[in-house]
Amino acid sequence: MELNDKQYYRYSRHILLDEIGEKGQLKLKVSKVLVVGAGGLGCPALMYLAAAGIGEIGIVDFDVVDESNLQRQILFGESVIGRNKAEAAAMRLADLNSDVNFKTHPFKLDTSNAITLLKNYDIIVDGTDNFATRYLINDACLLTDKPLVHGSIFKFQGQVSVFNYKNGPTYRCLFPDPPGANTVPSCSDIGVLGVLPGIIGSLMANEVLKIILDIGEIMTGEVMLYNALQNTNVKLKLVRNEEVIDRAPKSIAEFEKIDYDFFCGTINNPLEIGIETFVDSLKNGANIIDVREFGELPEINDFEFTQIPMSQIEIEYDRIAKEKEYVVVCQYGIRSLQVVEYLKNNYGYENLLSLKGGLVEYYKQTESKT
Amino acid sequence: MLSVNVKYFGMVGEVTKKDNEKLNFNESVSVEELKNVILKKHPKLKKLDFQIALNLTIVDKDKKINNNDEIALLPPFAGG
Repeated sequence: MELNDKQYYRYSRHILLDEIGEKGQLKLKVSKVLVVGAGGLGCPALMYLAAAGIGEIGIVDFDVVDESNLQRQILFGESVIGRNKAEAAAMRLADLNSDVNFKTHPFKLDTSNAITLLKNYDIIVDGTDNFATRYLINDACLLTDKPLVHGSIFKFQGQVSVFNYKNGPTYRCLFPDPPGANTVPSCSDIGVLGVLPGIIGSLMANEVLKIILDIGEIMTGEVMLYNALQNTNVKLKLVRNEEVIDRAPKSIAEFEKIDYDFFCGTINNPLEIGIETFVDSLKNGANIIDVREFGELPEINDFEFTQIPMSQIEIEYDRIAKEKEYVVVCQYGIRSLQVVEYLKNNYGYENLLSLKGGLVEYYKQTESKT
Repeated sequence: MLSVNVKYFGMVGEVTKKDNEKLNFNESVSVEELKNVILKKHPKLKKLDFQIALNLTIVDKDKKINNNDEIALLPPFAGG
């Protein structure tokens, strides 16, 4: 295979580099990269991978574009709000580079589809936003022997590493056990500086290119921590831990039986109520407390509720009676669970439940049925 | 007398409400002992999971800490 004249010109700034050249550009052309999550990290990573001329790029995302994504998810514009992210991303990227073969996977990565999907690619990029999927991807990469480029973000800070590269450490070697449920807030709960995933996602794309081109130092055996407020980078070394890796599933059959949501403690919390039960309790006139701050979306327009913002809970909690049953809601069900736990532990409220998945999940499920 | 600088990342920094702090000890301590001192100082950290790095390397709990060592507490980040 070789580059045609148009491609030779298009990628000339790569080809001029001794470290890449025509040979390196051809390596990119025959590579296949799978990006899981077309969100804050996935968008910038996808843009640079597509621009670089990767031969085939797979995009996995089950979610749809929301207006609050546009602050950082730079592949999307107002015209694609409500569209599936994998498809909206591929549409924008096809315009960026028609050389690339884009494969969209508009569904949730799970244990039944992960192995088949990962097998088709050379490198896996993790831009997801939850621990269940992060551990799932890690274990699937171990089973299919694929390098995993990891990125994760928190407010103004990011982590980048390459796992499972040439027998190097894995995500489990860095964090052997998943964190307790609801102890690590996500961007939607605590906020994130828009440009932060841009920086971290670009670093991830950089690792992908270096792995394919076999140049420079790959970020294996270390995790880089970036702080956007302080402009600092810290690299922490880590080693492969066979004892920890031994806890990962050893066969595809074993992998397919694991419930990663359960493993990460994200289900079966007795203080939570699922959407279906919530819908039933609404019919029975349940008392609802919205703990979001005033003006947050989605707006509640189909049932009665009392609003006590989380920031006011310390002052206004006595508006909540102890002899009635309440369901506490927020956008995604993280803050509401914190409030329920807080009032239970500090003021003895035993009559509160938190809506799991929050109003976003509630409206997603109820609107899809109408 | 032993003095170490401890850096707090992510949620750990949120809970301690600082990026780093200096801790002093009268005698030599292990990573585990240091962790217990930090948890006593910041009890809310008990709920969190984090790894501990000593001089930029993630280490086992029984490693000994020396004067002027750099410690970092690293929790996983969820966001993407």
